[in-house]
Amino acid sequence: MKHIIRKLITGTATVALAFSIGIASAAAKTKVGFVYVGPIGDHGWSYAHNEGRLAVEKAFGDKVKTTYVENVSEGPDAERVIQQLAQSGHGIIFTTSFGFMNPTLKVAKRFPKVKFEHATGFKRAENVATYSGRFYEGRHVIGLIAGKMTKTNTIGYIASFPIPEVVRGINAAYLAARSVNPAVKFKIIWVSTWVDPGKEADAAKALIDQGADVLMQHTDSPAAIQTAEKKGVFAFGQASDMVKFGPKAQLTAIVDDWGPYYVSRVKAVMDGTWKSQDTWDGIGPGMVVMAPFSKRIPENVRAMAAKARDAIASGKLHPFTGPINKQDGSPWLKAGETAQDGALAGMNFYVEGVEGSLPK
Amino acid sequence: MDLLVLILQGVIVSATSLVFAAIGELVVERAGVLNLGLEGMMVLGAIAGFAVTLDTGSYVVGIAAAAVTGAIAASLFGFLTQILLSNQVATGLALTIFGLGLSALLGQGYSGESTEPLAKIHIFFLSDIPIVGPLMFSHDPLVYLSLALAVGVAWFLAKTRTGLILRAIGENHDAAHAIGYSVVGVRMAALLFGGACAGVGGAYLSTVQTPLWVENITAGRGWIALAIVVFSAWRPGRALLGAYLFGGVTIVQLHVQGFGIDIEAQYLSMLPYLVTILVLVLISHDKARISLNAPACLAKPFFVSS
Repeated sequence: MKHIIRKLITGTATVALAFSIGIASAAAKTKVGFVYVGPIGDHGWSYAHNEGRLAVEKAFGDKVKTTYVENVSEGPDAERVIQQLAQSGHGIIFTTSFGFMNPTLKVAKRFPKVKFEHATGFKRAENVATYSGRFYEGRHVIGLIAGKMTKTNTIGYIASFPIPEVVRGINAAYLAARSVNPAVKFKIIWVSTWVDPGKEADAAKALIDQGADVLMQHTDSPAAIQTAEKKGVFAFGQASDMVKFGPKAQLTAIVDDWGPYYVSRVKAVMDGTWKSQDTWDGIGPGMVVMAPFSKRIPENVRAMAAKARDAIASGKLHPFTGPINKQDGSPWLKAGETAQDGALAGMNFYVEGVEGSLPK
Repeated sequence: MDLLVLILQGVIVSATSLVFAAIGELVVERAGVLNLGLEGMMVLGAIAGFAVTLDTGSYVVGIAAAAVTGAIAASLFGFLTQILLSNQVATGLALTIFGLGLSALLGQGYSGESTEPLAKIHIFFLSDIPIVGPLMFSHDPLVYLSLALAVGVAWFLAKTRTGLILRAIGENHDAAHAIGYSVVGVRMAALLFGGACAGVGGAYLSTVQTPLWVENITAGRGWIALAIVVFSAWRPGRALLGAYLFGGVTIVQLHVQGFGIDIEAQYLSMLPYLVTILVLVLISHDKARISLNAPACLAKPFFVSS
């Protein structure tokens, strides 16, 4: 059902796109394409990527022309949309969902002169680069704050799907929370969806009813933060600053800021210096940004969080620094050892202390 | 004990949008029309309810707008299926797709906005009684409206003359037509009522449960409501029960995860749907009984041959 709808929507978008390309002037503008998996109004993932697109427009003004297609499903549709963008003279195309990986590579093979950038993937080619954010760095900061702010020693975590990105977030937040509060416990609920506000709110309420007084989420809508606000507990924003939905509840948010990266990559195309590479940037280069810390956080905790944020930015602190054991007690990192990117990219286990079993 | 009360409160909130949608659809189906556009009408009601509540600051106006929007969508369906005699299944599916697309378009300016959630009632003394108070006397007004709706529809279908006519038309539209009842008129009225209920159900989600707008906010609840109607064997009381059962399993599975009980999360996510299917199978195993209960003219086109 959903598939048919997506198809219909993408179909319309593609027609609109073809039309807009038809009337575009053929001046010496660099054309930049963006493909989004969700609506730009999700106030989360796709919204953040679109903010990045707007940053490109702002930085280059008349010298660029950007195009975007939203609500593209991860399948044959994606290939069609990417192909269309490549055919219509786009110099660089950003495909912003994991599931666009193979379609991007397929189209890239047919258009060797067009540059492609695929978010969160791991397959590259001569003209396909990959990029993603080290969101776990942000999870470390919110973990510290949560560990200090909880009075019930119970943190509620609304998780979407057991993919490495989400598991890494849980582990990073838990390790940080435990480091400042050894009694802390994480209650994790998997809701098996990215966006379903009703279910996210139900899960948030269930966690609060079971005694959680700080919520974290790895789903995209602001429903959980809203529920936290209603029930008078704390929460953290996801992907974008959600303070509007929980002025009292939001302690800070992990904000995805793709703007600087998009600007630098578009510039590289203009200058002819673009090369295929893998970028995994965090707080340091500004791809992951912490929203302002709430005044409801005591000053010493705010200072501690800011210090950790800055230490991560400067490379002095790695959220995954040993000794860390896996959940079953087997050693993972030795004292002082930091996790390799490869191990982080494929993380499929809980660290010691997290309760419950990880869904497969 | 306290936790149990909290869980039950969660169940009531989770089930209410389903109650509205299922009861409305039940009336439509009792009149012999199958409207698979429930999801589309719900999502249109959700955006209308949220947008109008946000712009006017009034829940009453917002919910009314949602009801009107749902009814308008249903009238479109009615015009196509009752006047132009288009296929009900195909038209219903089209209405769902249309509703999802149109609501996304209308909602573009509303994502990222939020309203205050609708206040819960508080009755002096009654709401303060332990256990009973929080369970029965301290919900938002729409919860009570949904219960009143179920009771009202049950009474209407079983005890009133108009209800009898509506059922007669659902059972045998040719006979009802022969003795002079307006088949198309009654069906259109039932459709408008069903559309209005679906609209309010959608608006409950976007203005009370989570006061925000996100595309596809109903996330399949319209389909669940359709299943609940079959599950109920077209009886309002059972539809109410079905909605609460579904809401109950949804909430309980979240709590089970929170307690860290070791069951794969995917199975738990499936649970509400599995239970619905299971009950459907159980009540459908007796073919005679199900055919006795189902409106005989369900989804059959009606036209006057002369």
